Amino acid sequence: MIREWLTQLAQSALVLGLAPLLVGLTRKIRARLLRRQGPSIIQPYRDLLKLIRKEAVIAENASWLFRAAPYVIFATTWIAAALVPTFATGLIWSTAADFIVIVALLGTARFLLALAALDVGTSFGGIGSSREMMFASLAEPAMLMAVFTLSLFAGSTQLSSISAYMHAPQAGLSISLALALAALIIVSIGENARIPVDNPATHLELTMVHEAMILEYSGRHLAVLEAAAAVKLLLYLSLIACIFAPWGTAIAGAGAFEYAIGLGAYLVKLAALAFALVVFETAIAKMRVFRVPEFLGVALMLGLLGTILLFVSRIPH
Amino acid sequence: MTMVSSWSLSQLAATGVGILLALAVLGIVAARRSFGTRAIYAACALVCSGLAWVALLTLLAPVSPIDVIRIPVGLPLGRTLLGFDPLSAAFAVIVNAASAIVSGYAIGYGVHAREPLRVVPFYPAFIGGMNLVLLAQDAFSFLIGWEFMSLASWALVISEDGSPDNRRAALVYLIMATGGAFTLLLAFGLLAGAEGHYAFEELRRTTQSGVGPIVLILALVGAGSKAGLVPLHAWLPLAHPAAPSHVSALMSGVMTKVAVYGFVRLVFDLAGPPSWWWSVPVLIVAGITALLGVLYALMEHDLKRLLAYHTVENIGIIFIGLGLALAFEANGLGAAAALAFAAAIFHVFNHSLFKSLLFLGSGAVHNATGERDMEHLGGLIHRMPVTAVAFLAGCIAISALPPFNGFVSEWLTFQAILLSPELPQWGPKLLVPAVGATLACSAALAAACFVKAFGMTFLGRPRSTAAIAAQETDLWSQGAMLLFALLCLLAGILPGFVMDTLQPVTQMLLGTRLAPQSIQPWFRIVPIDASRSAYNGLFVFIMILIGAATTALTVRRVASHALRRSPAWDCGFPDSSPATQYTAGSFAQPIRRVFGTVVFRARELVSMPKPGSTAVAKLAVELHDTVWDVLYVPLIRLVDATTERMNALQFLTIRKYLMLVFGALITLLIIVGTWR
Repeated sequence: MIREWLTQLAQSALVLGLAPLLVGLTRKIRARLLRRQGPSIIQPYRDLLKLIRKEAVIAENASWLFRAAPYVIFATTWIAAALVPTFATGLIWSTAADFIVIVALLGTARFLLALAALDVGTSFGGIGSSREMMFASLAEPAMLMAVFTLSLFAGSTQLSSISAYMHAPQAGLSISLALALAALIIVSIGENARIPVDNPATHLELTMVHEAMILEYSGRHLAVLEAAAAVKLLLYLSLIACIFAPWGTAIAGAGAFEYAIGLGAYLVKLAALAFALVVFETAIAKMRVFRVPEFLGVALMLGLLGTILLFVSRIPH
Repeated sequence: MTMVSSWSLSQLAATGVGILLALAVLGIVAARRSFGTRAIYAACALVCSGLAWVALLTLLAPVSPIDVIRIPVGLPLGRTLLGFDPLSAAFAVIVNAASAIVSGYAIGYGVHAREPLRVVPFYPAFIGGMNLVLLAQDAFSFLIGWEFMSLASWALVISEDGSPDNRRAALVYLIMATGGAFTLLLAFGLLAGAEGHYAFEELRRTTQSGVGPIVLILALVGAGSKAGLVPLHAWLPLAHPAAPSHVSALMSGVMTKVAVYGFVRLVFDLAGPPSWWWSVPVLIVAGITALLGVLYALMEHDLKRLLAYHTVENIGIIFIGLGLALAFEANGLGAAAALAFAAAIFHVFNHSLFKSLLFLGSGAVHNATGERDMEHLGGLIHRMPVTAVAFLAGCIAISALPPFNGFVSEWLTFQAILLSPELPQWGPKLLVPAVGATLACSAALAAACFVKAFGMTFLGRPRSTAAIAAQETDLWSQGAMLLFALLCLLAGILPGFVMDTLQPVTQMLLGTRLAPQSIQPWFRIVPIDASRSAYNGLFVFIMILIGAATTALTVRRVASHALRRSPAWDCGFPDSSPATQYTAGSFAQPIRRVFGTVVFRARELVSMPKPGSTAVAKLAVELHDTVWDVLYVPLIRLVDATTERMNALQFLTIRKYLMLVFGALITLLIIVGTWR
C-alpha cells in the first residue's frame, strides 16, 4: 500500500518537474530544425521563476474568478496528469478516477479558462474563449470516442488497467487501435494549441486562441497558467506513450530495477514523441480557424469508426 | 416512526396534497397582501419538505403490497386510489425537494410579482397537481392530476400576459398539453382493454397482448411532449420562460420530471415485458433531442430561453439512459439494465437541482436588471456576488464537469454505453456508439453554452445601465440558490448515497439492482466491478482543493505578493466602450458556423454601404428552426384550411342541420355494425 502511494506520489511529482523541460525540449528542437541556436532547454524553468517573482498586474475590473482560476486550472490539469501512468502502471488513484474523468478534468480546466478569459471584457479574451469552446466541442467527443475504443479493448475504463492490458502480449494489432491513435494524436495537437490549430509562439494575431485567452494575465498568475499548459502537453504525450508504446513500463509490484528501466524508457519515449511533434509542426502551415473543425471532425469520425468496429466485431457471450 | 404509525405514509402524503389544494384557495385571499403572499410560499415550502420526507421514508422502507388508500369519490367506479410505490416515491422525493427550495426562494422573490393574484393561487395548485400525478395508483387519478398540473402551469404561463409572445406561448402550450394528455388517455385505454381495469395493480396483472408497442409510441408522444422530446419540444422554450422565474424553475426543473415519470410508469411498469426494438425509437429520439437541444440553446441570447432549450438536451440524456435500460432489459442483461436505469434516474435528480438553480439565478438577474437578454447584461459578478457563485456552481454542474453532480450521471451513462457490445441485435449495436458520440458532443457543447451563459451575464463589463445599477437579490433567494448549489456539490462528491436511495425503483421495475454503493470504501462508486471502473467524486474534489491550495500557498511563499490594478491590456488597444466586448451572438458565431449551417440553415447577411457612403454596415444572422418549419407550419396551415372550410357549417338552415345529424348517425351505425 505504502509502495503504491509512493509510486503515485513520485509520478505526480515527476510530471510536474518534467513538464517545463518538455516545453524547453520542443522549443530547442524546433529552433534547431529552423537552423537557429534556440534558448537553453531549461529556459522554461527560468521563465517561470522570473514570472513568479514579478508583480502581477491585473485589470481594474477583474473579479475573484480571474485571480482564483489559474490555481484551480493548474490543480485540475495536474491531477489529470498524475492519473496517467508514466514509468509504472498500477497507479492507486486510478481506482478513484478513470480515463473518462481525465477527459472531464481537462474539461473543467478549459471551462474555467474560457470563463477567466471573458472576465475582463476585452475583445481578445472573447475571441479566444469562443474559439476554444468551438474546438473543444469536437475535440472532447473525439477524445471520448478514443477512450471508448481503448476501454472496450481492455474491458476497463481505468487508464492503469488499459496500459497494463496493452503491455501484455494478448494485445495485438487492430484497426480500431490505429483509428484511436490517429484520433488521439489529432486531439493532442488541437488541445495543446500546437501549430496547424494554434500557434504557441504567436502574439497579437487575430488567429491566436490559447494566447488570446491568457492575454490579460501576468506575473504569478501567468506563471501558473504556463505551467498548467506545459503539464497538459506532457499529459497528452504520456498518454500516447503509455497506451501505444507501453514497452519498458514497469508493471505494478516490479522491483527497483524495473522501475529504473521504466523511467529511462519513459524519458526516451517522451523525447521521441516531442521530436515527432515538432517535426510535424515545422513541416506544416497553420490552418485557417474554420479549417480546424474539419481537422478535429476527422478525429471524431475516426474515433467513432473505431468504436463502431469494436461494437460490431464483439461476439456476445 | 411511531408517530406516523397510526397514520400511514400514504395518508400523510394525500393530506399534504389536500393542504396544497387548500392553500391554492387561500391564496386568492392571501395574495392581496405581500405578507399573505409570503405566508403562502412559506407554507408551500413546509408542505413540500414534509412530502419529500414522507416520500423518502416510503422509499427507504418499501412495504409490499404497497399501502394504498381508497377514497370513495372519483371516476369511473367511484373510487380514487392514492399511494406511493418505490417508483412514485422516488420521483416524489425529487419533485418535492426541489419544489420546497423553490418555494423558499419565492418567499423573497414572489412579492415582486406585478399581479400576485394571478400567480399565488395557482402556484400551490401546480405543485399539488404534480404530487397528485405521483400519488395516483389508478389511471383516472393520474390523468386528473396530469390535467391539473397542465392547467395550473398554463395559468401561471399566462400570468404575465402583457406581451403577445407570452400569449402565443400559452396558446402553444395549451394545445400541446391537450394533445399530450389525449395520447396518454389512449395509452391507458389500450392497457385497460375492454374490461376497463384502471387501477395500476390491475393493469399490471392483466397485460393486454400486443398493445405494448402502441403504448410505447403513445407514451413517447404523450409524456415526451410534456418532457420536451424533439420534435415535440416546441412549446417548451416559449412557455417556460414566460412564467415568473420560480415557476419557470418548477416547470423546467420539476414538471419535466413528472413527464419522465409518466413515461417510466407506462413503459417500464405497465406495458409488460419490452422487446429489444423498443429501445430503437427511444434511443434515436433521445440522441437527436440531446444534440438539437443544446444547439438550440447555444443560438439563444435570452437567458431564460437558453435554459429552457437546454432542458430539452437534458431530457435527451435521461431518455438515452432509459432507452439503454430497455435494450438491456429485453435481452435479460439485468445488471446492465440496472446501471442504465440508475444513470437515467440519477440524471433526473441532478437536473431537478441544477436547472431549478439556474432558473432561480436568471430570476434574480431579471429582478435586479429587468433584462433577460444577455446582450444587455455583463459584469454582474461584482454586483451580485452570491448569485454569481450559485449560478457558477449550477453552470459547472450542468456542463457535466467534475466534481459536481452532472458529471456522475453522465459518467454512469457512459459506463452503460460501454456495456452495450453485449447486446446481440445489430440495430442497437450500431445505434449505441452513435448515441454515445452524440452524448459526448452534447456534453462538450453544453460546456460552451454555459461558458456563454455565465460569461455574458456575470463576467466582462456591463453592457447596459440596468446592468450597472444591479443590486444583489434578497436573502431568501440567496439562501435557496446556495442550498441548490450545495446539493449539486454534495450529490457530485457523495453519489453513492443518492444512487442507493434511488435503488428501490430499479428493484421494483427491473427486478434487480446495483450493488450497494454507499458501503464502498472512501465513498467511491463502483457500478459494475472495481477492476472495470470506479469513480470517487470526493477524492477528485479534495484533490482539486488540495492541489489549488498548495499551489497558491507555494506561489505566495516564493512569489512576489505585489498586485497592481491597471486598465486592461488587450494587446495595447483597450477600448473603453463595453460594446467592443464579445457578445452572446459573437461568442456563439464559430459554433453557429460549424453546426448551425446544417441544422439551422444559418446564414450571415452582410450589407456593406458603397465606398464613400457614411451609412452603417449591417450584419444580420438568419436562422431557421427546421423542426418548426417542417413539422408545425404545415400542420398549422392544415388546421387553418380545415377550419376555414368547416366554417361554412356554422351558417346552415335547420333542415340541413337535421340532415347532417341523421347522416352522421347512419354512418356511425354502419361503422359499428361492420366492426362487430
